[in-house]
Amino acid sequence: MHNAKARVLALIGFALTLLTMPIGASAAEDWGKYQVDDRRSGYTYAAQETRSMQDDNFANPAFIWVDQGETLWSKVEGEAGKSCQSCHTDAAKTMKTAGTVYPKYDFKTKKLMNLEQRINRCRTENMKAKAWKYESNELLSMTTYVRFQSRGEPMNAAIDGNAAPFFEEGKKFYNQRRGQLDMSCKNCHEDNAGNMARANLLSQGQGNGFPTYRLKWQKVGSLHRRFRGCNKNVRAAPYKSGSDEYNNLELYVAWRGRGLPIETPAVRN
Amino acid sequence: MVRKIEMQPVHRRDMMKIVGVGAIAGIVAGMLPGLAHADAAAAAAAVKKAAGGKEPASGKITLELPQIAENGNTVPIGFDIESPMTDSSYVKTVHVFADNNPNPEVGVFHFTPACGRAKASTRMRMAKTQNVIAVAEMNDGSVYMAKSEVKVTIGGCGG
Amino acid sequence: MAKARVKTPKSVKKGEVFEVKTLISHKMESGQRKDKKTGKKIPQMIINKFVCSYNGKEIFTSDWYSAISANPYLAFYVKADASGSLDMTWTDDSGAVFKKSAKITVT
Repeated sequence: MHNAKARVLALIGFALTLLTMPIGASAAEDWGKYQVDDRRSGYTYAAQETRSMQDDNFANPAFIWVDQGETLWSKVEGEAGKSCQSCHTDAAKTMKTAGTVYPKYDFKTKKLMNLEQRINRCRTENMKAKAWKYESNELLSMTTYVRFQSRGEPMNAAIDGNAAPFFEEGKKFYNQRRGQLDMSCKNCHEDNAGNMARANLLSQGQGNGFPTYRLKWQKVGSLHRRFRGCNKNVRAAPYKSGSDEYNNLELYVAWRGRGLPIETPAVRN
Repeated sequence: MVRKIEMQPVHRRDMMKIVGVGAIAGIVAGMLPGLAHADAAAAAAAVKKAAGGKEPASGKITLELPQIAENGNTVPIGFDIESPMTDSSYVKTVHVFADNNPNPEVGVFHFTPACGRAKASTRMRMAKTQNVIAVAEMNDGSVYMAKSEVKVTIGGCGG
Repeated sequence: MAKARVKTPKSVKKGEVFEVKTLISHKMESGQRKDKKTGKKIPQMIINKFVCSYNGKEIFTSDWYSAISANPYLAFYVKADASGSLDMTWTDDSGAVFKKSAKITVT
């Protein structure tokens, strides 16, 4: 008798659980590696077709830039007569975690340096070659190629020690309202992640897929380019790509995505 | 700091111009309903031409398209047409149209039996919500057609 | 920069129908965009023709219009016949021709 009653109650309980489960709510979905605690990759906010494009290393248009990066890796440039390969040999091995720790504190400039700037530092100081322009196809290709080697590795930029004051600046920037629309990054990407802004689904604004192929840009673009666009969208004057403001913001954004896997090159709207 | 936006007063003569032009445009549009649907008419004409004047049959074509496009400039499209693809029976040509784009033609695909399968996929641009139409012409002259609507939305934000 | 990628299976059995995937970097300037400074329409510059030849014989071709997306992706099928080469050719409005080939091993 006890068993039968327990079974009936369990059945009712189960039925109630099913009935009250949110239908189609993204909160109930299991995003696997693309979610750590309540931190979700932009992948989880994209449409199925967009995710499929990213999942196929051939069909992902960003791989045109990865291919170019691979070609540039072994290209000798500059007065020192070296290529990236001369020192860093096999990128798959030597760059495996490189993408996860930037932006990091640079002892020479006494401020943050991001991956794009680190690549240019190598070019100018070690290769004695010219620095690549920030949003140039060469720098995009190399940054994408290098960060691609870290694909799957969890984001792990340091926010303590020397990086701490810059992290605080980035946090301030993120929470500060700006522009004619008087909005902060937080307003959309924290307060309204998962809600619609007109016909766009707002994500958490994570940076783990950058440089990324954006459908809007029809090409690969950097995280700072994205920051500039966001600032312009709230009608705030954007900062320069590679600026201290954006490096600090990039560190805060990297911390917001700690533990999420590097997806470079991602495909986003 | 929120900037105060100054509203300029509209003078009566300007108001007449603004309302007048709008009113006339409205009347004209009403008298010539064809103008508003210029794209759809162009698409219908293109489809008719592709079908060689024949009335296309339904069936045989499977169209793969999303219901809602994440971004109208990159919409994945695929089609698969039932056919043995032998020398005696194969798909010769597939035309793809979009009925509310500035130009209706998207692409024409020419198959031969050496393909083995009349299936292909690519990515297309869609200016707004509309139908994507595929017209398949067989080697024996028979024509088939399929169409599917894709919703295209205007984004909210996006740097 | 127009770079092309082609993907085919490593080897196929005779008579097997296999998928060929292609991707080429190209702006596919539609001719609809306006120059923000001058207000004039930026002229069309797209890839308008794709040809796939199997051991020298054209087996699949496609005519493209401005509604084909930038960095065009195209996947299609081929029936394995003899070992040899699949040669892809893309031609754009300026007359520029881009080529990429893939080796086909038929067992």
